[in-house]
Amino acid sequence: MNSTETVGNAAIDAAAPENGRPVPFRGGGFSPKRVRFVAPVVFLSLLVLWELGSRSGFISPLVMPAPSEALGALGDLVRSGLLFKHLSASLWRLVIGFTCGTLLGLTVGTLIGLYSLPRATFAPLVAALFPIPKIALLPLFIIWFGIGEGSKIATILFGSFFPTVIATYGGIDAVDRSLIRMGQSFNLSRAAIIRSIVLPSALPAILSGMRISASISIILLVAAEMIGAEYGIGAYVLLAGNLMATDQLVAGVAILSILGLTVSWLISCAERYFLRWRV
Amino acid sequence: MDLKIRDLTHRYAKLEVLRKINLTVESGKIVCIVGPSGCGKSTLLRLVGGLEQPTEGQVIQMGEPPEGSLNPLTYIFQDFALLPWRTVFGNIALVLEGHGLGKAEITKRIEDVLARTRLSEFANVFPKQLSGGMKQRVAIARALVVNPAVLLMDEPLSALDSQTRELLMDDLVSLWERERFTACYITHNLNEAVRLGHEVVILSRRPGEIRETVSIDIPLGERTAENPELMKTQNLLWNMMREEALTADRQLTET
Ligand SMILES: Nc1ncnc2c1ncn2[C@@H]1O[C@H](COP(=O)(O)OP(=O)(O)O)[C@@H](O)[C@H]1O
Ligand SMILES: [Mg+2]
Repeated sequence: MNSTETVGNAAIDAAAPENGRPVPFRGGGFSPKRVRFVAPVVFLSLLVLWELGSRSGFISPLVMPAPSEALGALGDLVRSGLLFKHLSASLWRLVIGFTCGTLLGLTVGTLIGLYSLPRATFAPLVAALFPIPKIALLPLFIIWFGIGEGSKIATILFGSFFPTVIATYGGIDAVDRSLIRMGQSFNLSRAAIIRSIVLPSALPAILSGMRISASISIILLVAAEMIGAEYGIGAYVLLAGNLMATDQLVAGVAILSILGLTVSWLISCAERYFLRWRV
Repeated sequence: MDLKIRDLTHRYAKLEVLRKINLTVESGKIVCIVGPSGCGKSTLLRLVGGLEQPTEGQVIQMGEPPEGSLNPLTYIFQDFALLPWRTVFGNIALVLEGHGLGKAEITKRIEDVLARTRLSEFANVFPKQLSGGMKQRVAIARALVVNPAVLLMDEPLSALDSQTRELLMDDLVSLWERERFTACYITHNLNEAVRLGHEVVILSRRPGEIRETVSIDIPLGERTAENPELMKTQNLLWNMMREEALTADRQLTET
């Protein structure tokens, strides 16, 4: 891209008359576009490089298993039917925890964004609790919610709750007040103003908050599953680590990556659908 | 329905913005309010429509709004205030929600108002795709759909270029000739005031007081840009305002 531009400028330079110089171009840029196929190509080349490195002995199998070995471990997992068990256990926790955390976060964020007393009450609480690593609280959660599903879901719930609160009230703070005044001038009810003006305005901020809270949820999912879980990707990775089965470990990590990619893709779809008015 | 503004005074903290405004907006008439920038025109309009409470004085509705008026006092804003995520149709639908109208009735009213403002072909377009002039036409359609008693217009043409402004002024004139709407029209542009106003009220610099009220008897339809009598009125207004504008320009916003 850059090189063709330079060539183009050089061509114009040559054509410029004596004593004159064309005004150099200095605009453009600052607007990333969607480029297809780059991401898969990057992923594939990294994998191929890695595989070649392993086969040639450049990467010792003790340090890092070859991608093909990890793929083999993944194959075993599929054939034994354990993949489904691990994945369904994890997804279930993730979906419940993330959904509840997001809904609660939206509610509290909206309250903070709109009303003085909740803002005075919750905003400092959120600021105080958000930075605490939820993993550190896991033992407490286990005492409160039990060693079973309760503590795991609670961890994910709290993990996705705080970023959602912050994104939501930040988004509401940024809503164009002249639109709200317009709503009032047409006698719209408070509920209608919130539903039709405030929340749609805040949606871009809420969706980008969701990107963060979803990733945090996956991190916490794995951490929570490392304690007292029979099934789940986290349990599988922990076991592989304990047995020094690096091929299984990499396979488990790959599943997590794919999970992250899928979630990110889903949110992109939601953004493209809900924010289509922006383009 | 007439609007009576009685002894209206308004202060923001210690800053006095409006002083003892007395004014009547008669049904079927357009009252233009002109004044130097910062003299409190927008504030006056917010007080008139009940978006803000006056420090002293009252705004009184005389008589009943027309049958079926969903929002007697309806604003048209300088910055259009359209929701960017809703189409033209959706933006107009917004102000019909919550009145217990059926879906079919809402659609009928919107189609009717779009036809009246010649916007029918733009029903499914987003604001972003429209020019400034078209956006303000949509905002006017949205204001008309609620069947208002008085239109409160705050510099509705100030965000537009001068050609578009001419076109929209013509639109407003023909709209008034068809519908005889009542309006309180704020502007800082004297040409708009003499083209559209049955009455022109001149405010002083801040604190805004009524300096002068000028009635213009020429029918709206005959007020072309070249009309010499109109030019004379405009010059007269400018001479009255000139001094105020000069001083207002040097006024500080904070006291
Ligand atoms: N909400 C507000 N709080 C404090 N001061 C305000 C507020 N709104 C307007 N003002 C001040 O009141 C004065 C009049 O403002 P405004 O009515 O917008 O003037 P105009 O529309 O005639 O230009 C200005 O000096 C402005 O700074
Ligand atoms: Mg103003």
